Amino acid sequence: MKRKNRRGKVKKNKEILGVMWVFTLLFLSMSGYIVAYSVTHKQELINNSYNGRQQILIAQNRRGRIFSADGEILAQTTEEEEGEERREYPYQNLFSHVVGYASNGRMGIEAQANYYLIHSNAPLSQKASLDVQGEKYPGDDVYTTLKVDLQQVASNSLGIYQGAVIVTEPATGKILAMVSKPDFNPEEIADIWDDLIEDKESSILLNRVTQGLYPPGSTFKIITALEYIKENPDTYQSYSYNCTGSIQRGEDRIQCYHGSVHGGVGFERSFAKSCNTSFANIGLGLDRKAFSHTLNQLLFGQELPVVFPSGISRVDLSEETSDSDMMQISIGQGTTSITPLQLNMITCAIANGGVLSEPYLIDHVQSSNGNTVKGFSPTEYGKLMEPKEADVLKGLMEQVVETGTATRLKDLSYTAAGKTGSAEYGTVKGESHAWFTGFAPVEDPQVCVTIIIEGAGAGGDYAVPIAKRIFDAYFGV
Amino acid sequence: MEVYVGEFSKYIIAALMVLYTYESFAVFRYDNEKRRNGIYTRQNILMFAFHFFCFLVICFETGDITYLLFYAFQQIILYAAVVLCKMLYPRSNRLVMNNMCMLLSIGFVILTRLDMNKAVKQFIIVTGSLVVALVIPFFVHKFKFLKRLKWIYAMVGVGALSVVMILGQTTYGSKLSYSIAGITFQPSEFVKILFVFFVASALYEASGFFEVFTTAVVAAAHVIALVISKDLGSALIFFIAYVLMVFIATRNYFYLFAGIAGGSAAAYIAYQVFSHVQVRVQAWKDPWSVIDSAGYQITQSLFGISSGGWFGLGLYQGTPDSIPFVEADFIFSAIAEEMGLLFAVCLILVCVSTFMMFMHIAASLQDNFYRLVTFGLGVTYIFQVFLTVGGGTKFIPLTGVTLPFISYGGSSVLTTVVMFAIIEGMHIIQEEEWEQMKKPLRKRKTVYRDTDPAGEEFEEEE
Repeated sequence: MKRKNRRGKVKKNKEILGVMWVFTLLFLSMSGYIVAYSVTHKQELINNSYNGRQQILIAQNRRGRIFSADGEILAQTTEEEEGEERREYPYQNLFSHVVGYASNGRMGIEAQANYYLIHSNAPLSQKASLDVQGEKYPGDDVYTTLKVDLQQVASNSLGIYQGAVIVTEPATGKILAMVSKPDFNPEEIADIWDDLIEDKESSILLNRVTQGLYPPGSTFKIITALEYIKENPDTYQSYSYNCTGSIQRGEDRIQCYHGSVHGGVGFERSFAKSCNTSFANIGLGLDRKAFSHTLNQLLFGQELPVVFPSGISRVDLSEETSDSDMMQISIGQGTTSITPLQLNMITCAIANGGVLSEPYLIDHVQSSNGNTVKGFSPTEYGKLMEPKEADVLKGLMEQVVETGTATRLKDLSYTAAGKTGSAEYGTVKGESHAWFTGFAPVEDPQVCVTIIIEGAGAGGDYAVPIAKRIFDAYFGV
Repeated sequence: MEVYVGEFSKYIIAALMVLYTYESFAVFRYDNEKRRNGIYTRQNILMFAFHFFCFLVICFETGDITYLLFYAFQQIILYAAVVLCKMLYPRSNRLVMNNMCMLLSIGFVILTRLDMNKAVKQFIIVTGSLVVALVIPFFVHKFKFLKRLKWIYAMVGVGALSVVMILGQTTYGSKLSYSIAGITFQPSEFVKILFVFFVASALYEASGFFEVFTTAVVAAAHVIALVISKDLGSALIFFIAYVLMVFIATRNYFYLFAGIAGGSAAAYIAYQVFSHVQVRVQAWKDPWSVIDSAGYQITQSLFGISSGGWFGLGLYQGTPDSIPFVEADFIFSAIAEEMGLLFAVCLILVCVSTFMMFMHIAASLQDNFYRLVTFGLGVTYIFQVFLTVGGGTKFIPLTGVTLPFISYGGSSVLTTVVMFAIIEGMHIIQEEEWEQMKKPLRKRKTVYRDTDPAGEEFEEEE
């Protein structure tokens, strides 16, 4: 109370003003909370089935379209004569899991991008004229990172086998193709729904790429090798072992695939030839605590940094792990399991100098008149390993192609690197899933593929040719 | 056409509210009502523009022009209130008056949108309340004996609450109201005022341990009666008002911390003993797991708040009806959904600005009794806002109290209007004290007999 004349000034009661500020701060934090909660939970809340708001939006807007990266329509809603809407999927089975469906619940991009698809950011003038015509507003369109040609090649190559293929860009995390088999036709989902639900054994609806948990088999040797390099940064190159075809600890015995005997092997050759006994031997010497830490860094036992649902891979490793379990872990057998997605992420990180870019499927969302409503850009998750370690692994994976189990990728117009796997499963000896994970070109990795074919046999024989076809398609060979 | 009106009106309504809110804080730049006159006039223009605009949208969206008639009645009443208050009480505080009218008009708009019948009922009650309120500042100013009625306040208060506790009808699990001649009363609303007067009259002369203890017993009687009636929100309001008033009266931090500790202990025991408290807490911690039952209201409320975005969906564009009891306990969510987060946050800020003015009036009052009453009513008001907004947004567990002036509910709106009118009376008293102080010392009347030495502080300024 500034008064120019010299009069008394009321001294205000300090405690009352104190209480005033406490409440004011309380209200400011509450306002901040309300805004933050609403903004961060907006999509999740709209997608909740208890939210009636969604029905209003669906009645008001025609569900938006889903496009591939090259502008092909993957899903669209058309109106039939009696005003009934129909969701069409021009590629039928091809994108069944990744694009998903929007009736009988929602799956895939249809679920992930539901918020955008049911909202309309069409210009007001268009909305006004549609009002006059009594028509719905066009929902926003979702542009994915998927490429039709790669998806087609991947799907064709798997053929009638069950399995999964994922193709990504290591530097950006863009998912270019994602195939899971067996597949289904999303247009028929309403018809086949009851059968699928009844048949408890059926795993048709499971997206094997993101949620299938498989024994990693020999592809896990990438991780065992990484741990060995970490623990022996200066001496790993002088490692040597004499493979006699099997190694024994107590009652447990590890054999090389199909009874091979590799003889004297170094570190590089053990990896290239995928020598089980040598890797079991390496595993026995690893520090369990440090190994656990490395697995943690590689996102085992955790939610993956992706916005769509994904399975949680696991390795049962602790300081109490027995020697025989250690041998199993080192070659990716036993209780160890991994999703193709996660193996692809690890491979991408190796190709990308140790840094992982979070995999993503949606490139941008645009309104019916072409304005970008929301853009998604590559997000770096962080380092999964040191650049030096990634380099060493890259070299090892190159040797797999040059002299090891993936020589079918040798001497092509591009260079490739990778790791095969033949993961035994079930109780019958000799049944195995064929794995391959790798990237190309080695000098400047642009594309990374991970393939699993259930029950096919050796990775080098079945998975590597599919990788070659995908690489060929990518490089236009 | 509809699309354009709906879309543009959202931004205009939000902009008017933002400007109004700005002005209601700009007031605090000056410590003198005269210099604030320009601001007050701008506020009046903004609030009438807001009110008019909203009803224009309502007419447009419903296609029913009769809403304009209803609007005209509201406008006349609010305008009359603003003008009469200024004329009858030149020393009244116009921010308090303006904010009250702004909040009332927001209430009319959203209630009209939700339920026309309830809006009309509310309008009649508001009109009656405003008429009553016009004489209140005069009584507060003249009736010095209000200070000496402490046992009457206590007996009426505890009596009314006990009657509800014993006889009251059960409304949705809590015994809150009883009916006389067809009109339903919710005494806990009116008793709030009596309770503040009781604590102030008991502590203004002396606030030693004995006085604090005896008031504590009476306060406990109020709170226990409310807890038994399952009116947890009101119980909390009474408790907080008591603890803070004791703190201000004694200036003793021990009572503040003892009160908070005691309150926390009581809350913990209540949680252990009463299953309905456990249900509330559970519905707050994870409403999604009980979305079909205890969590239904709060999740529907969250859906509403989040779907609006910054500028809201526009009046009549949302689904506020999906929230049970939206017009009473969850009116804030309906506002956030249709008028937007920006508007909703501004609404909170207008309440805060009102509260800040109350506290400035209280802090400037020299008379201990009046200071305590103003402070107590102010805390009661803002804490109720906190409970209802925080409860509806999952910031704190839900207690089911109304948002003053905006929620539907006769007892609530009458009580709050009376509360504001009392504070206007206090402001007049404060202005008079100030006039007295400005006179040379020898001419001063000795009006400060009741004042405690600590409260009477003067300071010479260059």
